[in-house]
Amino acid sequence: MTSLISDEPVRADLSTRLKNNGGLVALAVILIFNILVTPNFLQAQTLAVNISQVATIAIVAMGMTLVIATGGIDLSVGAVMALSGALAPLIFQSDFGTAYPVLGIVASLFLPLIAALACGLFNGTIVAVLKVQPIIATLILFISGRGIAQVLTNGNLQTYSNPDFSYLGTGKILGFPFQGWLALAIAIFLFWLVNRTIFGRYLLAIGGNERAAKLSGGPVRKVKIGAYVICSILSGLAGLIVVAINSASDAARNGNLMELDAIAAAVVGGALLQGGKAPIFGAILGAVIIQLVKYTLLANGVEDEVALIAKAAIILAAVYIQQARKE
Amino acid sequence: MAPLLAMSDIAKHFAGVPALRGASLEIAPGEVHALIGQNGAGKSTLIKILTGLYRRDGGEISFAGQPSHLASPREAQQAGIATIYQELNLVPLRSVSENVVMGQEPRTLGFMINWPEAHRRTREILARFGIDIDVTAPLGSYSTAIQQLVAIARAVSMDAKLVIMDEPTSSLDSSEVEILFGVVRELKSSGVSVLYVSHFLDELFQICDRVTIMRDGQTVGSRDISATTKLDLIASMLGRNADEIAAEGLTELSGGNANFEEVVLRVEGTATGPRLSDFSMTLHRGEIVGLGGLLGSGRTEAARSLFGVDQLTNGKMTLKGATFRPSDPSAAIRAGIGFLTEDRKEEGIVPHMSVRENLTLALLPALRRNGQVDREAERKLVADFIRKLGIKTAHMDQPIRELSGGNQQKVLLARWLATKPDILILDEPTRGVDVGAKREIQSIIRTFVDEGHAVILISSEFEELVEGANRIVVMHEGRAVSELTNPGITENALVRALAHHEEAGR
Repeated sequence: MTSLISDEPVRADLSTRLKNNGGLVALAVILIFNILVTPNFLQAQTLAVNISQVATIAIVAMGMTLVIATGGIDLSVGAVMALSGALAPLIFQSDFGTAYPVLGIVASLFLPLIAALACGLFNGTIVAVLKVQPIIATLILFISGRGIAQVLTNGNLQTYSNPDFSYLGTGKILGFPFQGWLALAIAIFLFWLVNRTIFGRYLLAIGGNERAAKLSGGPVRKVKIGAYVICSILSGLAGLIVVAINSASDAARNGNLMELDAIAAAVVGGALLQGGKAPIFGAILGAVIIQLVKYTLLANGVEDEVALIAKAAIILAAVYIQQARKE
Repeated sequence: MAPLLAMSDIAKHFAGVPALRGASLEIAPGEVHALIGQNGAGKSTLIKILTGLYRRDGGEISFAGQPSHLASPREAQQAGIATIYQELNLVPLRSVSENVVMGQEPRTLGFMINWPEAHRRTREILARFGIDIDVTAPLGSYSTAIQQLVAIARAVSMDAKLVIMDEPTSSLDSSEVEILFGVVRELKSSGVSVLYVSHFLDELFQICDRVTIMRDGQTVGSRDISATTKLDLIASMLGRNADEIAAEGLTELSGGNANFEEVVLRVEGTATGPRLSDFSMTLHRGEIVGLGGLLGSGRTEAARSLFGVDQLTNGKMTLKGATFRPSDPSAAIRAGIGFLTEDRKEEGIVPHMSVRENLTLALLPALRRNGQVDREAERKLVADFIRKLGIKTAHMDQPIRELSGGNQQKVLLARWLATKPDILILDEPTRGVDVGAKREIQSIIRTFVDEGHAVILISSEFEELVEGANRIVVMHEGRAVSELTNPGITENALVRALAHHEEAGR
């Protein structure tokens, strides 16, 4: 729809397009920078490393996006990762797990996810039924969840050797890390959930105008609780992946500061903090940008502490673009 | 005597739309002056200009003999104009004394607050109004009435010459109202003027000396309260002829009973709280029943109780012969009721969503197919409604916030029509839409009723009620007090019923 008659509309078009696709532009900039500067960037190895690291952020960020779409926030994702990650080795290393290895693996995948589901139910109920502010409601598990995980493991690092379980974090399909495929599958499912189902429609309506959704007969409580449950289950899954990658479970470190990465990825991806938007693939884009910035700085010898500052700058830029888009 | 306050020819525009044009107000020293008018008449804009919150576009203000150019609420306060808002701007967790002396604390040595003196002064001020409370207790531990009196005491302690009270009695019970009236009289006797804004006309006759009436941003009259009547005030507020209303009398209210066979809804003595205490009505198929009443009479609360938003504390509803007690809106929708809310922006549209998604929001459960939204059926249905209702939109996926008010309203109306309800509750269906869209919306409602459905219509526009409704249930202070039946209802008859609800009988 660009016009050749005058320059003006073209330029206006370009600037809106830049604003609407700020994430993609940022990604392109980072990629070009890396290709030019970072040694060995264009190698399969680098790609695999980045995918295996970004998958956990992306999975949690997608769940976070659903919660943010309702106008809420979930600070407990990191703690839920720690909890579910602590449970898995406890299960497959138990007497039962060693006696029946297959059942043990299955149980060590499902029971932690059920524990995560319970966490989501807890968060969602406090938010939707007791009407506590989401930031306070999820602060409860943010604090206690990691505590429970450390109590379960006596605060020890649990190391193990279990190739079957480790497949979750180290397996490859068609040369790409298993968890990358998993994240992609989850994204497709969530995209369908948000854009095609009645649940998704209500989710966006509640975030966009809760009173209108309620007065139109929307099941506000159920949908909100649903969003927190999905977010927690995905966090639990991410916790398992981290444990699988490391062949060790460290309740003190698993998922540490993940809530910040996930919120940042969701916001960079275009989620509105006041609710009403759930860009699932945007969350993945946001996660990729955050991961790549981390990687870029690390690969070029910049210290971790500085990486944190860079992350903050990205969030600032994303929020600025969101504000500009509103006008 | 020279007036304390004289505002003349005040004009104010918001984004080119005139809110005030030629408004004036004059208050004598020691006078209790009432300011009345319908919603949107310009009362609050006028007050905000007086207190320096807004800057006027034209006109003159003189206060205490001086031309006045107040630029902020603080300057107004210093000049001697104190405002008691509906939402009190006090600090509930601090003591009564602190709230009264805040900003002008008595000091010793120039920097220490002299608390004994502060408490003494506060007690003295409150005693003038006959209030004896522990002034060291937190303000929040007292009732709203006391808090309001403390706000007034604070105003007095700052040597206010004019105290503005905005709906001061809206949250008070009758004994508290008496205390407040005592305070107003005390202020008057000590030479302080009071500007009293209230929707409750009966109150004005009890304590006001004069009254100024506003309509459509203009001052339409100002008279001694003793020389006027409630009927006269309502007629002026609405812009109708009082003599005409009076001459018509109550007798013409009776008309032939409309012959509707099937009762769909019967409400008997329902209550949900202080705003709705005793509501009864019946509704037949093919009938429009209007709810008439002034603002705050409980019309919207009645609608909310029918739709399961507010839970009944008393009374009984029967829908299509069965007891009906919706636990939430979705239960009411399943039972065949739709509710077009008054506040389109806060309770109606989801601004980020498209016309299509907004239109089908209440219908979603019926659009479920294989766990998904049946998009084909949805598109077909939305296209149908856009065509039938003449909704002007670029395409059905355009965000609803980009539509005009009238078209947004049509989408919301379609949202409810799509659920095929038996009963549609319409709260101010044509408010804020242009004349063309208004007629179209009215004709949509008419068609809906002619198809054998029923409508409960709430409207502040009397023409709409009088012409549209088969019957009008008149409400007053949360109760259904009388009923008018068409044919035979005229606007003037309705105004009379509102003014003389007690005479119209139940």
